[in-house]
Amino acid sequence: MKMTGAQMMLDGLVKEGVEVTFGIQGGKVIPLFDTMPQFPQIHHVLTRHEQGAAHAAEGYARATGKVGVCIATSGPGATNLVTGIADAFLDSVPMVAITGQVNRPDIGKDAFQEVDITGITLPITKHNYLVLDTPSMPRIVREAFYLARTGRPGPVLIDVPGDVFMEETEFHYPKEFDLPSYKPTLRGHPAQINKAAKVINDARQPVILAGRGVIVSGAYAELKELAEKAQIPVITTLLGISAIPESHVLSYGWLGMHGMVHANMATDAADTIIAIGMRFDDRATAKVSAFNTRARIVHIDIDPAEIGKNIKVDVPIVGDVKTVLTQLNKVVETSQHIDWISQLDEWRRTHPSLNIRDSESVLPQYVVRQIYEATKGEATIVTGVGQHQMWAAQYYHYDHPNSLITSGGLGTMGFGLPAAIGAQVGRPEAIVWCLDGDGSFQMTIQELATIQQERLPLKIAILNNGFLGMVRQWQELFFGKRYVATPLSGPDFVKVAEAYGIPGTMAKRREDVIPAIEQALSEPGPFLIDFRIEPEENVYPMVKLGGSLVELLEGEDVKKGVVKS
Amino acid sequence: MTGNKHTLVALVEDRPGVLNRMASLCRRRGFNIESIAVGHSETPRLSRMTIVVDGTNAMIEQLRKQLDKLVVTMKVSDITSDNIVVRELALIKVKANSETRSEIIQIVDIFRADIVDVAEESVTVEVTGDEDKIDSLLSLLRGFGIKELSRTGRIAMTRGGTSLLGEDKDKTGGRRQKKAAS
Ligand SMILES: Cc1ncc(C[n+]2csc(CCOP(=O)(O)OP(=O)(O)O)c2C)c(N)n1
Ligand SMILES: [Mg+2]
Repeated sequence: MKMTGAQMMLDGLVKEGVEVTFGIQGGKVIPLFDTMPQFPQIHHVLTRHEQGAAHAAEGYARATGKVGVCIATSGPGATNLVTGIADAFLDSVPMVAITGQVNRPDIGKDAFQEVDITGITLPITKHNYLVLDTPSMPRIVREAFYLARTGRPGPVLIDVPGDVFMEETEFHYPKEFDLPSYKPTLRGHPAQINKAAKVINDARQPVILAGRGVIVSGAYAELKELAEKAQIPVITTLLGISAIPESHVLSYGWLGMHGMVHANMATDAADTIIAIGMRFDDRATAKVSAFNTRARIVHIDIDPAEIGKNIKVDVPIVGDVKTVLTQLNKVVETSQHIDWISQLDEWRRTHPSLNIRDSESVLPQYVVRQIYEATKGEATIVTGVGQHQMWAAQYYHYDHPNSLITSGGLGTMGFGLPAAIGAQVGRPEAIVWCLDGDGSFQMTIQELATIQQERLPLKIAILNNGFLGMVRQWQELFFGKRYVATPLSGPDFVKVAEAYGIPGTMAKRREDVIPAIEQALSEPGPFLIDFRIEPEENVYPMVKLGGSLVELLEGEDVKKGVVKS
Repeated sequence: MTGNKHTLVALVEDRPGVLNRMASLCRRRGFNIESIAVGHSETPRLSRMTIVVDGTNAMIEQLRKQLDKLVVTMKVSDITSDNIVVRELALIKVKANSETRSEIIQIVDIFRADIVDVAEESVTVEVTGDEDKIDSLLSLLRGFGIKELSRTGRIAMTRGGTSLLGEDKDKTGGRRQKKAAS
C-alpha cells in the first residue's frame, strides 16, 4: 500500500491512541492538516499561540497520563513551542511535538522559515528526530510515543520536511521496533530492596518524600500501604501534591521554599528519608549543602542519573515507583513511630503554616480556601507561576489523585490558562479551575479565544494583585522595597473576557468572594473572576535567601493574631 | 575544576548527530572535553567513542549516567581505574635542514616513531603511544621548530578478554538492568 508522509504520521497517531492534538497551521504543515479530515478520530484544537499549544498538550498529558501532542509549522511556529517543550522536559511530562521543516533540498540553506529545531531542542527533549526518509515515518512515530511515555516520561520532537509530508511511498507499519540502547529498569534490584527495607525497619524518625514519580506511575495505593504499614509520615514535593490524600492522617503537607514549617522541620530532623520519585530539586531541598546530613537516605527513581545527582544517598533503587514499592511493601515490617509522629503534630500545632487572618479586603488565601469549599475539593486546579501558585498549592486541599497541575521545574508564567485548556479537554467531566496571576494570565491571555471556540467550561480565577507579585515579594524582603518593574496596570479582565464571549465578574470585597465563586459554578460554560486581592500580601512560610529548610520566615501574620477561616 | 582526568568509553549508534548529542551534553553539564575520538567498533552500526574529561569521581559518574541516558548510547563506561591500554597518534611536521635532519631521525628512532614524509625544509613524524610518550617526543622536537601538529586524542581499551558490552561493574543494579530486557 502507498501512503503520503502525512498519512503515515496521522495513521501512526491514531494507532498510538491519539484523540486530540493542539497547534497552529503554517506553510510546511498544511499537507498534514490537509490530511486530517481523513482521520476523524483525531480532534484538533486550534490554539492562538504555539506556546499555548505546547502547554495545552502538557495540561492534557498531566491530567490524563497520556501523551500530549502539539503541532507547529517550521521556523517561528517551532521556536514558539520551545518554552512548553522545556517545561515538559523539566517536569517529565510525556509529549510528542511535531514540527514542519523546510523541504529536504532547502535544509541548511537558511530557507524561508528554516530553523534547526532539532538542534535547538537537543538539550530539552528526551530525544528528537528529523525525518529525512519518508518510509521511516511509521517507525519514528512509534518510537517517539514509546520514548515519550515509558521510563522517565518526557518530550520527543519529530521534525518533518514539507516534502516528506507530501511524498507518497510504500507503507509498512512496523510490528516491532528495536531500541536496543533504551531499556528502562522497572523492577528494583532485590538486594537493594532488602537493604532499603532494613534501613526502613531500623528507622526511628522516618519521613517519606513523595514526588511526581508517584503520580506518574500511579503508585497511590502502594505509597499509602508503605506509609501505613511502617507508620511513616508522608511529605510531598510541590509536584508530588495529591500523591497521598492531604486529609490522610499520615499526610504532613509539602516541603521546600514555601512548604509547611512542620514538613521542613520533619525533613530536617528525620533520621531516615525515603525519597520516592522525586529529584531533590533545590526549591525542595533549600540550601543543598545544609540538607539533612545525618539521615540515611533511600532514593527510588526510574532515572539512574537522578541518583546521587544533588544529594548523596545511602540506598539507591532504580526502578518504576509502583513496581519498587510493591516489592518493598513485601519486606518492610509493620512498625510504630508514635513519639516521632506526635513530634510532627506538635510542630504543626506550634508553627501553623496555613492560617488565614481576618481582613476586610480580599485575601488570596481566603479566595483559594473558598474555592476549595465551594468545589468540595473535587476540582482539578491548574495554576500560573508566582505567589498565586503557592497559595493555590497551600490553601486548596488536595484529596484526589493528580488534582494539581502546575509548572514546577521551569516555573513558567503563562502555563496556567493553556494547561487548563488541555486538562479540561482531557477531563471533559471534571471541574477545572485555572488559578492564575494577573501577570501570568497576560502572557497567554489570547487562549481565551480557544476556550470560546472549543466551548470549554473552564473556570478562571485571577488573583489580581496588580503586581508581578512573587518578584515584588523578593524586592520587599531582600531589595529594600524598591519595586522596579513589578507594578502592573492590567486591563479590565472582565471586559476582556466578555470580548471573547466569556462571562465574568469582579470581586473587590471579602463579601463578594463566595457569591462570585457560586456564580462561576452555576454557569454551565466558562467563567472568569477577577479577584482584586490585597496587593502586598506575601507568601509564607518562606525559606530565607540561601537558607536551609529550617531557616524560615513565618510572616508576622502567621506568628501572631492568626484567625482560621 | 578539581579532580583527575577520566577516560570514558562509549558505544553509540552510528547515526548523524550522535557526536553532537554527546558533546552538547558535556557542555551543558559544565564538563570540558579534553579529547574525543570516534570510529567504528566491532559491531556494525555502533561507533566507539573515547572521551577524556576532567572531574571528581562523583562528577564523572554523574556525567556517565547522563550520557548513558541518551537514547543513542548503548553503554558508557568509566575505565580510568581499570587496567587499560591507552594510545594516541600524532603527526608532527618539524622544521629540518641538512644539518638537523640526522639528529631528528635519531630522536625519532629512539621513540620508535616513523618519518612519513620528507621535504626540503621539514620532516613529518608519525608517533603512536600514550600521551606521555608523545609529550616527551614533542618537547625534544620543539627545539627544531614545529610547523604543524595534529593529535588524534586518546583511544583506550581494557586489557584482558572482556569487552565493553560484556563487562559489568555497576553495583546499584541500575545500569545492569537498564541494558537488560525489561
Ligand atoms: C515566563 C516567565 N517570566 C518571568 C518569570 C519570573 N517570575 C516569577 S513569578 C513572577 C511574577 C508573577 O506574577 P503574577 O502572575 O501576577 O503572579 P503573582 O506572583 O502576582 O501571584 C515573575 C515575573 C517567570 N517565572 N516566568
Ligand atoms: Mg500578580
